[in-house]
Formats: sequence, structure tokens, C-alpha cells
Amino acid sequence: MDPEIAKTQEERRKMEQQLASMTSLTFDTDLYGGNDRDAYVTSIPVNEDEDNLDSLMDNEVARKLASYTAPKSLLKEMPRGSDENDDVSGFKKPQRIIDREDDYRKRRLNRVISPERHDAFAAGEKTPDPSVRTYADVMREEALKREKEETLKLIAKKKKQQEEDEAASDKPLPADSSAAAAPKRRNRWDQSQDDGGAGAAAAKKAKTASTSDWDLPDTTPGRWDATPTPGRLGDATPSASVGRRNRWDETPTPGRVVDSDATPAAGGVTPGATPAGMTWDATPKLAGLATPTPKKQRSRWDETPATMGSATPMAGATPAAVTPGVTPVGGLDLATPTPGAINLRGAITPEQYNLLRWEKDIEDRNRPLTDEELDAMFPQEGYKILDPPASYVPIRTPARKLLATPTPMGTPLYAIPEENRGQQFDVPKEAPGGLPFMKPEDYQYFGALLNEEEEEKMTSDELKERKIMKLLLKVKNGTPPQRKTALRQLTDKAREFGAGPLFNRILPLLMQPTLEDQERHLLVKVIDRVLYKLDELVRPYVHKILVVIEPLLIDEDYYARVEGREIISNLSKAAGLATMIAAMRPDIDNIDEYVRNTTARAFSVVASALGIPALLPFLKAVCQSKKSWQARHTGIKIVQQIAILIGCAVLPHLRSLVEIIEHGLLDENQKVRTITALSLAALAEAAAPYGIESFDSVLKPLWKGIRSHRGKVLAAFLKAIGFIIPLMDALYASYYTKEVMVILIREFQSPDEEMKKIVLKVVKQCVSTEGVEADYIRSDILPEFFRNFWVRRMALDRRNYRQLVDTTVEIANKTGVADIVGRIVEDLKDESEPYRRMVMETIEKVVTNLGASDIDARLEELLIDGILYAFQEQTSDDANVMLNGFGAVVNALGQRVKPYLPQICGTIKWRLNNKSAKVRQQAADLISRIAVVMKQCQEEQLMGHLGVVLYEYLGEEYPEVLGSILGALKAIVNVIGMTKMTPPIKDLLPRLTPILKNRHEKVQENCIDLVGRIADRGAEFVPAREWMRICFELLEMLKAHKKGIRRATVNTFGYIAKAIGPQDVLATLLNNLKVQERQNRVCTTVAIAIVAETCSPFTVLPALMNEYRVPELNVQNGVLKSLSFLFEYIGEMGKDYIYAVTPLLEDALMDRDLVHRQTAASAVKHMALGVAGLGCEDALVHLLNYVWPNIFETSPHVINAVMEAIEGMRVALGAAIVLNYCLQGLFHPARKVREVYWKIYNSLYIGAQDALVAAYPTLEDEQNNVYSRPELMMFV
Amino acid sequence: MQASDRFNINSQLEHLQAKYVGTGHADLNRFEWAVNIQRDSYASYVGHYPILAYFAIAENESIGRERYNFMQKMLLPCGLPPEREDD
Repeated sequence: MDPEIAKTQEERRKMEQQLASMTSLTFDTDLYGGNDRDAYVTSIPVNEDEDNLDSLMDNEVARKLASYTAPKSLLKEMPRGSDENDDVSGFKKPQRIIDREDDYRKRRLNRVISPERHDAFAAGEKTPDPSVRTYADVMREEALKREKEETLKLIAKKKKQQEEDEAASDKPLPADSSAAAAPKRRNRWDQSQDDGGAGAAAAKKAKTASTSDWDLPDTTPGRWDATPTPGRLGDATPSASVGRRNRWDETPTPGRVVDSDATPAAGGVTPGATPAGMTWDATPKLAGLATPTPKKQRSRWDETPATMGSATPMAGATPAAVTPGVTPVGGLDLATPTPGAINLRGAITPEQYNLLRWEKDIEDRNRPLTDEELDAMFPQEGYKILDPPASYVPIRTPARKLLATPTPMGTPLYAIPEENRGQQFDVPKEAPGGLPFMKPEDYQYFGALLNEEEEEKMTSDELKERKIMKLLLKVKNGTPPQRKTALRQLTDKAREFGAGPLFNRILPLLMQPTLEDQERHLLVKVIDRVLYKLDELVRPYVHKILVVIEPLLIDEDYYARVEGREIISNLSKAAGLATMIAAMRPDIDNIDEYVRNTTARAFSVVASALGIPALLPFLKAVCQSKKSWQARHTGIKIVQQIAILIGCAVLPHLRSLVEIIEHGLLDENQKVRTITALSLAALAEAAAPYGIESFDSVLKPLWKGIRSHRGKVLAAFLKAIGFIIPLMDALYASYYTKEVMVILIREFQSPDEEMKKIVLKVVKQCVSTEGVEADYIRSDILPEFFRNFWVRRMALDRRNYRQLVDTTVEIANKTGVADIVGRIVEDLKDESEPYRRMVMETIEKVVTNLGASDIDARLEELLIDGILYAFQEQTSDDANVMLNGFGAVVNALGQRVKPYLPQICGTIKWRLNNKSAKVRQQAADLISRIAVVMKQCQEEQLMGHLGVVLYEYLGEEYPEVLGSILGALKAIVNVIGMTKMTPPIKDLLPRLTPILKNRHEKVQENCIDLVGRIADRGAEFVPAREWMRICFELLEMLKAHKKGIRRATVNTFGYIAKAIGPQDVLATLLNNLKVQERQNRVCTTVAIAIVAETCSPFTVLPALMNEYRVPELNVQNGVLKSLSFLFEYIGEMGKDYIYAVTPLLEDALMDRDLVHRQTAASAVKHMALGVAGLGCEDALVHLLNYVWPNIFETSPHVINAVMEAIEGMRVALGAAIVLNYCLQGLFHPARKVREVYWKIYNSLYIGAQDALVAAYPTLEDEQNNVYSRPELMMFV
Repeated sequence: MQASDRFNINSQLEHLQAKYVGTGHADLNRFEWAVNIQRDSYASYVGHYPILAYFAIAENESIGRERYNFMQKMLLPCGLPPEREDD
């Protein structure tokens, strides 16, 4: 065995050396490709079989098992309960904000809540105290910071230079800065990374997410120290990958960690030992680079320790060559799901606590056995204790140590001091004084609340703080009522608490890393309320607040963004423009791009709150800043954000805004040029379709720009032009389009995704502009456009896909259907499904927009053929595109589709019989879409046939499919009518009755629609008994959640009552009034009213009124409610019945029960409104006498109903009569009475001011005042 | 007003009503109400042309003069407000 192993190791070493020499070379990544080398096999397994064994096993098992399991398609179809439950629950689980943030957004945590600043307004003329920070101080600090950054950059550059020199002179040294050149992922928030000194900046900004497989998880939490130490910068490794949080990513490949402690032993393997001056974390990297773990080697984090057992002795046996890449020991140790790496990053959640506790427990049990334990286990004789080999190096401990390295946050395992005997383990300590539950991460903020004993000794300030903390905790974690009162207290006492203590408590909470959405929302709400109260007191804290609120402006959650805007807007109104500018000015040229970005957005909100003109002078100065390009960049960005934020409201200031930024197009800094172009685009978009004259001055530089620039800048310029062209009038638009098209067509081939999107957008805008003719598009744009964009690759990215479809549809609007469809119709048979889908969607949109009259016979044939092919070949779940496309084309072609219908129906029938539920559902859906066209083509026989087929499938199990089948049947019944329907209605309906029991929403909806349709049109085909049976089923459906279903059910009652007479249906419904559920009763009353409407009221009223005699609250209320609905529906018809129901209403209006009176009042209202002007005044006055005493009710619903009844009376009886009722109480000695009467008077007055003039009482004149109205006495 | 109906529709209704000139409240006195009545009456006379014409015939004035008079009278329709007792 030994020689064998030696041999393999020999081979390995050779390979490593080879590789080591290779890594020191710089590859041309374009030629060789960046990742190809990862695929190389760089180490050979110790035991050659071992590696393949499990995969073989897998295959073996898989092969054998395959014969036992059901086909995959069946398995896939299996309904998965757990998944559905997750979806069905409906509520989003509380989610931590930080979990969904990307690296860029996470940079908010880098910001420091700055100390309060000097408030020049409050201080007046006084010289500020040297201890407070004034504007000048802040500016100075910023300048210092910038300078420091510059210096650091220089140092880093120098160091890097040095290292490179060193590397060049010492060739075999595998350490190389190539690791530093790890690919930088750029995201769209951030564009500041591609200028000079990027490497150092990247390391500092903690944004570089290295994709290299072998970099160690960082142990220096870069977040906590904003300024990097030069030492760390120096080593130029991408170790500052704080952004990488995924635990799985961090699972180290075995080789690496072993290396970290095996370096001395492996020294012979890696020539060129650790260079001096390297930090410890660089060491493993060196070794790691020397022995890159092969990609093929699977991560073994979940393997059983058995492997470890077999591998370790091997390493022990061959001490000379500790093969780091092979022994998986260290890797396995590490690979237990250790959250250690996460813990380094700040406060930990309860789950992590649990995980840690659990892990500690496991580790204790699995700790290495001590000598005593071994002695106890083994017999004393027959064994000999051997010395470990000299070269044996214990592996585990350092690997552990590595994990347990203390961090600035303290070791996470040591959470709670031991001395505290009162600590209850696991159970959180009961918070005193009814305070809500505290989460572990809240302790650092609210921990002080837990010790009550000191409360007596506190000063008033401390007590105040304590009060604030209590209230905040209640807002954050309390129950809704607690929260409400706490919020109100905070608001009411805001000025008393003072701005300082409040914000010092609130703002750190908002920076808490474990904050959840809901908590943030509540805290932001607190700030909002408090702001309103504090008003100008808030000034010294403006910057502090901005630091925590600005990140909301770039949150991905829309409501968070709106909230952020609202706060900043209120803040600027409270603090005033000068303070806002003073607070934000230093951030405008901050070194951190994140700060500048958020500041620009905040400024735009300030502009929209305080008006653009107020901000213009400042903006102008910033945009022309000579000192730093960052200031200019931010200034121009502010303009962009203003345009985006306030939309067309920029129009009055358009010219000044353009003037402010126009010089940016010629700026020497590329980024400023880019942002200027983007801002112009935003302005033009906001101003569209007006304001072209404001852009006159920038047209020339833009046009020059697109000829001289390349890449990103060009993309931005093109975007600007794309948005400006639609503003022009036809002549100019056509000219400029032709000009720009040359460049656009050149850029069609650009491989850059961003450029592609912009080009597509610009083409879309140019094409849709008025002056651009179809001929020009056809000849100049189309060939290149289709050659470059209509390729499979475009279908793979969703945004590209969307953009391309939109642009093509826009082109089709100009050139017509035939041109576009003709070009892409062949692609319906393409072999790539996403591509086919894109083609289908385009065709659907084009045909829906423009119809199919352009399509000639040949194209029509191709189209149908292609669509059938694409429809049949689809495999993916997203079936709607194909379905919609099919439906749209068939509907557009209309009668021309007749020859193809048999074929289409054949396909449908075949697919209805498919074993996949999705396919069946889709086929049924397709029938409902094309039923109308089939009727147009007079294919009634075919439809009858399909009807029979669908009828046979009514036993379908999957509710979604069943719903679709019912929908298809409904569509067929609708177009061919009841008499011609096959199967005949009398067979169909009894089959539907049991389906009505189905609780699935889609089934219910489609079924009730179908039944309702039949009841409406073909009730005579079905015996009355069947209808009664259906009536009973329908009662159950009144419970449905969906309003549409309930409405359809109620309507169906009406149809059925019409068909079989109201008596039986009514009896059913009246019985249903006795049920407990309110919703059910309400729906029943509506149904009764509808029956009354369809079968005339006289058939229903006697039974209904008789039912009122049942001495049961629910029934009587139900009757009253039915009456109310009834009179609402029958309107004028009510005049014949009003006298009949008056005694009933009299009784109800005198009932003790509030609801009786309320419902009766609303019945009176509907009645009065219905019979206005029809001569029923006597009855109405009588009823008003019963309504009137209820005006003093306090219950909101009752008083509402009573007031509305009186309003109804005003309409029916005239304002004068109601005024007479009013006059008695307007000057009543009791205020309570006056208040109510004046309320009635006021609504009377608003409703019929003019009519009252004639009815006002005659007032006696007083000594000085004339109250009489002599004009009314005039008589001719 | 009760705490419960501070936020319901009725309170909004009152607020809504208060926005109209001419509506009243529990503390309105005789004079104020009378002023509203007078002004409403004059506005109504001016607004209905046939009534204006009727008054013109009765008073033997031109319609325009009548309208002007009514509008003038709307300024202080009941004379100066009486001294408040409580001040």
C-alpha cells in the first residue's frame, strides 16, 4: 500500500508544482477564460475508488429504484400539502430587513449617527459654544476624511506596487495579487468603483464579493470600523468580503483549513514559505492557492464522520506528506453547521442562540477522550500505549480556535453572566410593570428597564429616559392597544421629553441589525408623530435622523420608500430649508458613494417638499463645484431624482434645471457626464410630451457625445436622446431619429446587457414617434433589428425579454402585422421553449393590437401551424402565454380559422385526455376562449361534440381542472344556446348539482355561473324538483368567501324563482333566516329581495310579513332587512305596497331592539326615496313621526340610519315639513338637544337651502335689528 | 361627544357641515341665525329671476335696481349685531 500512496502523492506534488508555476503567471482571461482552470483536477484521491464509490452507489440505487417508483410526471403532479400550506396561510411571516438587503443596502449600517449640531436659528446672535458641532466643524471633518482617504489610497497603491515588484522578482512565490483582482460585482446603485485605486477602495468598501472559491471567510468585521487600517489594506487580499453571509458558501473546502495549521508541515510542498509581514489570514490563502481544491470534489459537509475515521489514520501513517488537500478532517470539523462565522457579524438572533447552545452540547459529548477515560474503557493488559509519530500535528484544535477567535462583539457563546443567579434559563425574564416581551436582541437597548430597584434613586432626567424607553418598547413589541396608547403618549409628551432624549433612544433602535419590517414601520411612525410635535426643536438632530431615514429611500419595499419620503418631507418642513442644506451639504461630496446616493435622493424629497425654486440657487452652486467631481455628480443626481420624484411638476422649472446641469455633458469626469445624460433623460421623461424648447441647449452636446463616446457613457447619452426625441415635433423627430439610428444600429451588436436594454428602449421610443415612417423602419431598422435581437439568448433574461417584446410590438404598430409576424412566425417552431414563448407573446400582443386582416393566406397557414406546434410542445408551467396567444390569434382570424378548427379541436380533445392536470386545464381553458369563434364559423356540430366530451370529464378530480371544464361548458352553452346544447340540459344539470357541493372557489364560481345561466335561459328543460334541490345547495354557497360567487348565487335564486314560482324558493329562503351566521342571513335577505323583484313584490310580501310574526330577533331583523333591500330594488313600484307594510314598520320603529329600529329606518329611507313625488305623503309623514324620536340615539349605525331616513323624508316630503319638525329644538335649553337638532338642520340646509327660504319662521324685529322679511309680504 | 364617536362618520359629517357658510351650531344666537336667513332669502330672490321680476313690479322699480338693492342689503341685513350679554 505504501508505495502506491507514495506514487499518487508524487504525482500530486508534481501537479501542484506545475500549477504553482502557472498561478504566478498572469493569464489573459479573455483568451483562457476565467473559470476554466477550476475544472481541472488538481489532486488525485488517496483511494481511487473512494471518490467514485458514492456516486456509483447513488447511480446504482437510483437505477434500481427507478423501476420501483412512479413516473416522474406523476410524482410531480402529486399535490404537495406542506407547500400549499405555506402559500395558503396568507400572512407574511415577520421578516428581518437585513435578510433581504443586498450588500449595497447593508452599507447603511456603516453610517454613524452623528452627534447633534449647532442650531443657528435658536442661538441667534450668540457665538456657538465650542463644544457643539457647527456647520464649519462638520465640513472640516469631512475634508479631513477625504484627505485621509486619498492618503490611504496612495499608501495602498504604493504597497501594492511594492508587492507586485516583489512578486515579479520572486517568481515561484505563489502569493499573488491576482487574488486581489477578484471580479468585482457591480450593482446599479454603485458606479464609483471603476476609477483609479479601485482595488484598495474595493477592499475598504467591503463590497467586493469575491467569487473565488478558496478565500476564507473574513474574521474582521469590516462593518464596525469605517476606516480601514493600512495593514489590512496592504495585504490586498479580498478578505474583506463582509458581504458574504451565506453560511453554505463559507463551508470551507477541506484543504484550506488543514492548511492553516499544517503550513509548517506542508512547508516542503509549498515552496516559498509565508512571506514576512503577512497577517495570519493570508497564510492559508497562500497554501490554498498552491493547492487549489478541485472543483469536482464535492463539499462533504453532510457526510458522516465514518469517512473521517478512515482518512485520519492515513494521514498519521504517512507523516512525511500531510496531504492537505485530501484529509477531510479539518473540513469536516468545520463543516458542522457552525454559525460561528455569522456570529462575528454582530448581534445574534434567538435561533442562533439555540443553535449555539445545541452545538456546544454536541461538542462536549464528542470531545476527544482523555487518557483516564481510555484507561477506564480498555483492559489493562494486552494493550500498549504508543507514542504519536513525531511529525503528527493535532489538527482539530487550531481549527476550532480559528472559529472561536474573540471578536469585538465578545464571544457569542458567553451570552449571559454566570453570577446572575436570578437568571431563568430559556425562559425570558418577565418584564416588570406589564411591559411587553423582550427579544434577546432588545436587551442591549432596553435591558435597563429590567432592574426596577434603582428607580427611586434616579434623577428626573433618568426617569424621563426610562419613561421613553418603556413607551418605545411598548410601541415596538407591545400589543396593538398598548402600542396605540404608547404612541399617543409619546406624541403628546414629545415636547416635554425633549428632542434629544427622544431621538437618542429612537434612532439607535432603527440601526439595530435585527430590525423587522413591522418594527421599523412602527418606529418610523413614532418619528413622524414626534416630528410634528417638536417642530423647530428638531433642528440639531436633522442629520442624525437623516442617517437612519435615508436608507428607507432605497429600500426595495415600496411602502418603506414612501414612508421615508414622508418623514424627510415633514422633517424639512419642520426644520426649514437652511437647516436641511446645512445638514446635508457635507454629505454631498462624502467619500462613500452610498452616502452620496442616499443624500441625493433625500435632497430631491426636500425639493418636492419646499419647492424647487427654493433649492435652485443651492443646486446651481453644487453642480458647478470646482472642488470635487463628487459634488457635481451628486448635484446632478439630485436633479435626476427630483425629476423622477415629482414627474410632470418639473415643467415650470424645466429650463432652469436643464441649465443647471447642461455643462455636465462636457465635464472632464466620465461619471459626471454619464449622470448628466441620465438626468436629462429623467427630465425629458418627466416632462413628456412638453418642454422640448428647454432641451435646445443640450441637443448639440448630446449629438456630439454619441459620436465620440463609447460604453457606459454612450448608453447614457443614447438614453437621454431616446427620451428627448418623443418631445419633438414630427419633422425634427424624424430627422434626429435617422441621425441616431446609425449609432443605434451599430450598438445592436453590443454584448453589454445594459446597452442592449437602452438600445431597445431608444428604438421603441424613436419608432413610436410621429415623424418616423413605416418605410424607413422597414428598410433601415428591421433587418438589423431582427438579426441581432431575435435570438434565443434574449429570451433567457426576463428584462431583456420584456423589453424586446415591447419594442417589437411598438415597431409592429408602425409597420403593420404582416411584416413582424412574417419574420418571426417560423420561430414558433424553434427548439428553445423560452424563445417560442417570446415569439408567441409578441404575436399575441401584435395581433390583439392590430387585428389579423393584414395576414395573407400563406402566413395564416404558417401561423396556425406554428401556434399548434408551440402549443403542443410546451412543457413549462407558465402556460398562460401560449393560451393567450392561441386565443388571441384565433379570435383575430375569426371565420378564417374554420378550415383549421377540426385540427385544433383534435388537439384539444387529445390534450383533454392527457395525464397531466395542467395540460387538461389548459385545453379546457382554450375551449372557453375560442367558443365564440367556433360559433362564427358555424361549427355547431363540433361544439356539440366538445360539449359531450367535456360532459364526460365532469368527474375530474383536480378542482382547478374541473373549474376550467365547467368554464368551457359555460362558454359553449352561451354561444349555442340551451336548445341545441348537447348533452341536453336535462342531462347536464343533474350532473352539476353534486358539483355545487365542491368547496373550491374556482369550481364554485364556474359552476354557479353555469347553473345560473341555465336557470336564466333554459329553466323549462329541468323539472322543478331538480331546481328545488339546487336551491338547497345554493344556500350553502351563500357562505362563499368570494363576493362574485355570493352575487351569482343570489341572482340564481331570482332565476329559479322565476322559473318555478316564488313560493317554494321563498319558503326555503325564509327558513334560512333562522340560521346563526350573519353573512348567510344577509345574503338570504338579498336573495329574498331579488326574488321579490323578479316575481313582483305581491307574491313575496305576504309571506315575508307573516314571517315577521315569528318572535325571534334574527328572523324579524332578516324580514326588515329584506324589506329594506326590497324597497331599494323595486323603487317606484313601492308606492303600491307602502300602505301594506306601514303597520309592520310602525311596530319595528317602536321596538326595544336597536337593530329593529335601525333596519326599519333604512327601510323607510329606501321607501321614501322610491316613492318621492308619487303621492304617498300621508304614509310617509306617519312614518316620520315614528322615526323622529330616534334622533337622540348614540349608536353610530342607528343614528346614521335615522339621519338618512330623515334625509329621505326631505326628498319625499320637501324640506319645509322637515324644517317644521326641526324648529322645536334649535333653541332648546338643553345643549344636547340643540346639538342634535342643529345637525339635522344643517343637513337639511345643505340639501335644500333654497327651498327653506319660503319656510323659515317669521322672526319679530328687535329695537336695533330688523329680522322680518317684508319682501315676502308683497302682493300684486 | 363620546370618545367612541370621535372618529366615526357622524363627526365627519359635522365637520363637513361646518365648512358651509350658513350652517349653524348649538351656540348660534338669534341674531346670527336671522342674518343667515336674511342673506339666504336675498340670495334666493336674486337667484330666481321670476321672483325678482315680481318684486320689481310690486315696488315699481327696475329689475336691475331690485337686484342691486338686495345685494346691498346682504351686507348688514339685520343691522349691527347686538351687544353680547356675556362680554
